[in-house]
Amino acid sequence: MVHELSLCDAILATAIKRADGRTATRVTVRVGHLRQVVPDALQFSWELLTDSSDLKGCELVIEQIPARVECRDCKAKTTLAMPILMCGACDSFEVDLLSGDELLVVSMEVTEA
Amino acid sequence: MGRVHLHADGTEHRHEHGHEVGDHSGYTDTGSVRIDVLENLLAENDRVADANSLALANAGVRAVNLMSSPGAGKTTLLKRTLTELGSTMRIGVLEGDIATSLDADELEGAGARAMTVVNTSAGFGGECHLDAVMVRAGLSRLPLDDLDLVVIENVGNLVCPAEFRVGEHAKAMVYAVTEGEEKPFKYPIMFRAAEVVVVNKIDLLPHLDFDLGSFLSNLKAVNPRARVIQASARTGEGVDEWCSWLTG
Repeated sequence: MVHELSLCDAILATAIKRADGRTATRVTVRVGHLRQVVPDALQFSWELLTDSSDLKGCELVIEQIPARVECRDCKAKTTLAMPILMCGACDSFEVDLLSGDELLVVSMEVTEA
Repeated sequence: MGRVHLHADGTEHRHEHGHEVGDHSGYTDTGSVRIDVLENLLAENDRVADANSLALANAGVRAVNLMSSPGAGKTTLLKRTLTELGSTMRIGVLEGDIATSLDADELEGAGARAMTVVNTSAGFGGECHLDAVMVRAGLSRLPLDDLDLVVIENVGNLVCPAEFRVGEHAKAMVYAVTEGEEKPFKYPIMFRAAEVVVVNKIDLLPHLDFDLGSFLSNLKAVNPRARVIQASARTGEGVDEWCSWLTG
């Protein structure tokens, strides 16, 4: 829980900086499944933190990105069901991560004050 | 009719607005302006971490970020380490603790050249990890020019510390055999981040149902590159090997 609170603090700091005095109505973040972020906890933390900030009422949109790997042995691209970096087709550990470790603020919507 | 627009993945569709997911470049339903940010959430932390790293490099100091769950034995291992290495190396300790200096008190007189405590409770309700800004404050209180090695003892927690780079050269993890074999799957970020995993309290194995082989294969599944050091900070077993890795 405190984990999501820390991340929200970082989202808020980025959003306030980028809003640059304008009113932010929506912030979209992208979170990979390997990041151990609980969306509900992130959403709750967001309400808690924004409530007493310039971003009060600003909506948080969370895009969740599945963890996908590409196998160097059999070339298959598979989606991980568990946080184990293993090919879903041939069980090889020789895989490259394609997605799933994202943690970024993608975009915002702002209205001119 | 809504307008046709293109999504980031190349698909194109038409609808009145309402859906919340996906990239709708330059198109909003509220009359507001959309701005692209694409900024890593930890970007600010990482900037400070890079500065810490530079400060350490300039002083010729190696820094190791030591992480574990509460009670895995970080402080006991560190005390042993200071006793082993304190006479031959100038070691600084940066103790991260939510509210007390108990760990630092425990290490008093063990052989550290300098020690500083960073209490993380200055933030919102007590942070569960050290971030780069806290470590910068701690490093500023250590005489870096007089040190060879800084050990950063992170807050006991298996989740958050792994997310925050602090400018260290390597992350090491202490894991106690009392914690169960399945932990690498529950805390993959931590286990993936660690260059070394010290499997501690190995002297307790005869008294536990813990299956070391199963733990090691779970660890390998999550982090095939991790170096494993079996140790007991209590008896001193494996501490030599740990110290030789630690000194680089």
